[in-house]
Amino acid sequence: MSISRESADAYWKENVRIILSYLVVWFVVSYGCGILFVEQLNSIPFFGFELGFWFAQQGSIFVFCGLIVAYAISMNNLDEKYDVHE
Amino acid sequence: MDSQDILNFTFIGASFALYIGIAIWARAGSTKEFYIAGGGVPPIANGMATAADWMSAASFISLAGIISFIGRDGAAYLMGWTGGYVMLAMLLAPYLRKFGKFTVPDFVGDRYYSNFARVIAVLCTIIISFTYVAGQMRGVGIVFSRFLGVGIDQGVVIGMAIVFVYAVLGGMKGITYTQVAQYCVLIMAFTVPAVFLSFQVTGHILPQTGLGATLESGQSILATIDQLSTELGFREYTAGGKSTLDMFFLTAALMCGTAGLPHVIVRFFTVPRVKDARSSAGWALMFIAILYTSVPGVAAFGKYNLITTVNGDDGRGVAYATMPGWFKNWENSGLIGWADHNGDGRVQYAAGAAFQGKPEFDGENRNTDGSRVTLNPSDGQFDASKQPFANELYVDRDIMVLANPEIANLPGWVIALVAAGAVAAALSTAAGLLLVISTAVSHDLMKKCVNPQITDKQELMYARLAAIVAIFVAGYFGINPPGFVAIVVALAFGLAASSFFPAIILGIFSRRMNREGAVAGMVVGIGSTLAYIIYFKFMGGTRDELFMGISPEGFGTVGMLLNFATAFVVAAVTPPPPAEIQEIVHDIRIPRGAGVAQAH
Repeated sequence: MSISRESADAYWKENVRIILSYLVVWFVVSYGCGILFVEQLNSIPFFGFELGFWFAQQGSIFVFCGLIVAYAISMNNLDEKYDVHE
Repeated sequence: MDSQDILNFTFIGASFALYIGIAIWARAGSTKEFYIAGGGVPPIANGMATAADWMSAASFISLAGIISFIGRDGAAYLMGWTGGYVMLAMLLAPYLRKFGKFTVPDFVGDRYYSNFARVIAVLCTIIISFTYVAGQMRGVGIVFSRFLGVGIDQGVVIGMAIVFVYAVLGGMKGITYTQVAQYCVLIMAFTVPAVFLSFQVTGHILPQTGLGATLESGQSILATIDQLSTELGFREYTAGGKSTLDMFFLTAALMCGTAGLPHVIVRFFTVPRVKDARSSAGWALMFIAILYTSVPGVAAFGKYNLITTVNGDDGRGVAYATMPGWFKNWENSGLIGWADHNGDGRVQYAAGAAFQGKPEFDGENRNTDGSRVTLNPSDGQFDASKQPFANELYVDRDIMVLANPEIANLPGWVIALVAAGAVAAALSTAAGLLLVISTAVSHDLMKKCVNPQITDKQELMYARLAAIVAIFVAGYFGINPPGFVAIVVALAFGLAASSFFPAIILGIFSRRMNREGAVAGMVVGIGSTLAYIIYFKFMGGTRDELFMGISPEGFGTVGMLLNFATAFVVAAVTPPPPAEIQEIVHDIRIPRGAGVAQAH
């Protein structure tokens, strides 16, 4: 293995930080907007939907797709930065 | 045989010929090809295969119907069965790919240096996969009996024969490329009628935007369904019925269960590199989202069509004699039942049960108007202050998708396409599950526990034998469905969430997690979840006894939390894992050097 222990640990720390920041978004759109605050959001109209209902049945899924794509791109960059890519 | 039958036979027959052709082209010659398709599957292809593997008869046939009948609460399934992929992509797939073995029990057994942990993992894999596969075989049988006019039992046997050819012959390699084809068939079969339906009801081509459309009356489609629902005594379609806490736990159990299902995880072992594992999770979710974001539209339009067709323009019911053909077709296959409570000869749909349980038909006996004689109508009581009449109609939720093309008067080829799509959805999932079962037996039990001396060729033979046995067991359950098929969701997802999910996450993210902690955690997680589900599903537990109002389907989340807590406590008071295990954990966190999975 060409990379040092320290560099590997720093890579891992940054990876965990990226994961946590994306998982916060993941939690907010699904459990937050779709379940916990759905009634409050429903008072906001959104292209013919009530916003809470839209998040619960469609919006969260679109955000999930975006999150995985963003994560994959972030990690490809991180792999390059620490020179651990294959 | 009329022209519709010929179309159905042609579409289903052509799709079968395609699957078998692919299977012969992609035969497996080694265990590596049989278990993980040689480890060289491109990420987009793996994404498609994962989507087909994941979307079962339940997603294709039942999901829209469930949402149609429970409204906004259906979001637990929509978010639960997609949100799990976010966790899969970030918390599991890349590291398991780097680990580079064949199965989930491989990881659990090696990371926790314990054959006991491995055997627990094998047992969970087998229980989860069998409960799941029985439902798929049944789904194939139902579709065949409706669209090809054969009995449900013969349908199951035909399904077994097809899966036999490409799962036993091709292993993971054969399955992967047939699943790519099956994804294409099932996604066309779902979206084509969805687009037609959306356009007819709302004028929008996309069901995703059609759901927010405004009808000619000036009212939005959702507000219209809300109004129709409340007039008939139902809850508002866009209002929730479950408690917030229960929704929370149910969604979490489905998400963590999704991320922990062995037949999904194993798909990420088939790609060449760690970055491919991440990107193929993204592809998979996008391919899944095409169907999942169409589903809410299909559910709402189906509900709207059902109410307006059955209750008619005046909202007072339509005479049985003038009901359209689809109504009678599905009555013939037992998925629709009618009990004329008020004796006016009209079919009326409202809140309440029309029958005691599912309708029982008196063989082929008919009433004078041609409707089927039923044996167990309910008493037909209703609250006149809430609804105008008693409910007289039983509608199986599955027809929301299967009957849509007929309800919307779509051309015959669309009906045939839906039949082929439903079969593709069921077969692709069944094959993935059967492979996981056979691998668990040949690799994790025979090779790793019983006799490590067996050669690659012998192991491959065991894998094929195990697949054959598994197909027969699955077929048996398809023909004689045990009561537990109905609780498959609770059982499979609860088990996956409370066993593998925490064990794998801890194995990657905690260097300190040891054998004692992981084993204790799994035992507590599985034990509590199984006990809760069995008590409430088999031993007659009542709703008031539920723990904090959490339904059995959502209890996997509690089991998972117990698993995490137990694992941390036990690991804190027992010795840390050996140095070479800590080295493994260090290694799986770094992408470089993955290579292809190694036989060992």
